Formats: sequence, structure tokens, C-alpha cells
Amino acid sequence: MDGIADMGGTRGWGPTHPPRIDEPVFEEPWQGRAFALGIFSIPVAGWNVDAFRHATERLDRTAYLDDGYYGRWLNSAELMLTESAILAPAAIDARARNLRGEHVEEPPIPEPARPDYAPTAEGSLRTVDVAPAFAAGERVRARDMSPPGHTRLPAYARGHTGVVDVVQPAEVLPDTNAHFLGENPQHVYSVRFDSRELWGAGTEPFAVTVDLFESYLEKIA
Amino acid sequence: MTSDGSAERLPPALRTEALEQLLTERGLVDPDAMDRLITQYETNVGPLNGAKVVARAWTDPAYRRRLLDDGTAAIAELGFGGPQGEYVVVVENTATTHNVVVCTLCSCYPWPVLGLPPSWYKDPAYRARMVREPRTVLSEMGLELPGDVEIIVRDSTSEVRWLVLPERPAGTEGLTEEQLVPLVTRDAMVGVARVEAP
Repeated sequence: MDGIADMGGTRGWGPTHPPRIDEPVFEEPWQGRAFALGIFSIPVAGWNVDAFRHATERLDRTAYLDDGYYGRWLNSAELMLTESAILAPAAIDARARNLRGEHVEEPPIPEPARPDYAPTAEGSLRTVDVAPAFAAGERVRARDMSPPGHTRLPAYARGHTGVVDVVQPAEVLPDTNAHFLGENPQHVYSVRFDSRELWGAGTEPFAVTVDLFESYLEKIA
Repeated sequence: MTSDGSAERLPPALRTEALEQLLTERGLVDPDAMDRLITQYETNVGPLNGAKVVARAWTDPAYRRRLLDDGTAAIAELGFGGPQGEYVVVVENTATTHNVVVCTLCSCYPWPVLGLPPSWYKDPAYRARMVREPRTVLSEMGLELPGDVEIIVRDSTSEVRWLVLPERPAGTEGLTEEQLVPLVTRDAMVGVARVEAP
């Protein structure tokens, strides 16, 4: 989907921040807790990693940005646990207020509504019976599409032409798996794009490889 | 949460504590398992793993070949694997080619060999700009590349995870594998730095 998570090439973020020596893994203790809660909440909700990423990309700007990376984990977990009715809406805020001494009524625990979903195997790699549609060295175009649901086709690559660099193993298709509509495993291709194809003739020369699912690509006539 | 500022936003530390309490009091999440997971990534799974892989590749040509042919299997030879490392592709930086890794859509990163990503890797500026002006971004981060070096940016948009095999610095020919390990930095294995001789 188009949204704040799809950041490639977007403007307005200012300078990068140089690496710091000895940065702790978790700068504050809550960040480690939020990370672990995110990991362990996925099976509690009956979701998968693609659906969790889709929850993240559906966060509004405040929820996505203001509390940083582990804030995203926390807010994604809340969205996931609310949508699967493990938690009632606003349950976290109500408990948080009570933790700091307020006396607010907490919403009752709802009846869980986990999706009708079970993976066919662990992880994301799968074998598929059909041969890859594209070969290394072949010129391909990324489809110019803007699906409303989850996709891993970044906006900056859409409509642009590149060359298949490597045919990677087949993987579960995030576009359907994130919505519990099946794994639909597909071949994945590392497609190499020239910077001037992506950003225009005046761009500094470099290449970008993007790992794209077969259904994101079309042959060049 | 609000996006329009109409209600108070509670601090994430407090909301995290609330979520943990809500899940653990119903037995849905085990706080001891959370502790173990956090400790695992704070102490065991970090860039030292990747440094061992790189040092082995620098000193064992057959291992280097296996690593570039099948990164996942060669990394597993040293005992490393797990979440976000299901399929790792290793690319080699040389005097003429420089690979650098980004995830523009989230912050995908090869956890088993590098641990959890550092703050700069998750920064919107890095995610947005690395695919548009990598030479400028690398310069901001302290890496000046000669103009004739070809830059290849690796955007981690599928479950493929990318690891950079940095160039072995001149002047380290006499060092053993064990002596090379501490020279190899996380930043070099993402491609925003070079490995420097001691």
C-alpha cells in the first residue's frame, strides 16, 4: 500500500545520523520489552510476519514516527491484538493510566477473532513447481501498480525497467499472506535498476537491486 | 494514540508496561521467555557473529567461495542461523565495487549475523535517501568513495537478507583469523564503512 512506510526516495528527512560507537541494542528498557511483546504477540493473534508488517504500514504518522522503531513495534502489536480481538480498543491506554495512579474503567476482554490462517511450513521459503518466468540477464519492467493492501513492491521502482541480476528462491507472497488469503509462493528476482532510470538523467550513477516477486514484474515487449 | 493531538499521547514505556501486564496476566505471553529473548539479542546475537564469518572468509579461500555461493549454508557452518536469517546472500566489496544494504519499506536486517539493527539503519533519512543519493549518504556517514567505484545498493524488499563481505584491508596479511575478527565492524558488513587496518 502507499503510505509512510514506503520511504525509498522520499524527501524531507534531513541528514542521516552517523553511526555511534557502542550504541546499546536497546537504548531504554521498554524498547526491549516492546520488541519481545511484538515477537510473542504474533502467534497470540494468530497472524504472520507479513500481516504484522502490514499493521506497521497502516499506522498513522504519529504512531509510525514519534516513538521510533520500537514504538512502531508497540503500536503494530496493539493494532494486531485489537483487530484479532485479543485486546479491546483502548485497553492499553486504560491500563497505562491505571498504572500511573488514575482510576479509569478498563474495557472488558472481547471474544477473540483470530483469522482463519495456518502456515503450510515454517518460514517464508517455499518450493514451487513452475519454472521461473524470467532469467538472469533478462530485461523486465516493474508493474506500475498501487494495490490498496500489502505489497513489497516499493513505489520508486514501479513502472521502471531493470535487469534480472539473480533468480532467488521462491517465497510466500506477502501481498496475499498478509491478508490471510493464501501463501501463493512465487519466484523472487533481484532486479538491478540504473539510478538514471529511477531518478532521471541528472542523478549520480549507481545501481539499486530490489528483490521483487514474479507477479510484480512484466516482460518487455 | 491520536494523530491530531486531540488527546494526550501516553509515553511508550508506560504503554509497553501496560501491554505486557495485559498479556501476561492472562497467560498469553511468558515474561521469562521475554527476558530470554531480550538477553539473547543483547548478549549473544550481534555483529561479532558476522565478524567471525568475515574473518573466516578472509583466511580460508574455500570458505569464502562457499560463502559467496550459498551464504546461508556457509554461515550455518559457524553455527549461526535463526529468525531473519532464513536466506542470506553475501556480496563482496572490492576496490572497484561497493555494496551497501538498506530496507526502504521497514528495517529488514540479517539478525543472526548482525543482531538487531542500529538506530541509523532504521532512520527515515537513511531508508529514504540511500536508494536516491548513496554517495552523498555514505559521505555523511564518514565513507568517501573514489569516483570510479561502482555503488550497488541492496534494497531488502523480500525475505532475502544481504550481508556485505568487506574488503580485507592492506597491512593485515600477517594477522590470524582470530586477530582479524575484532577489526570487522557492523557498519562495514552493512556497507557504510570500510574495515581499517589496526
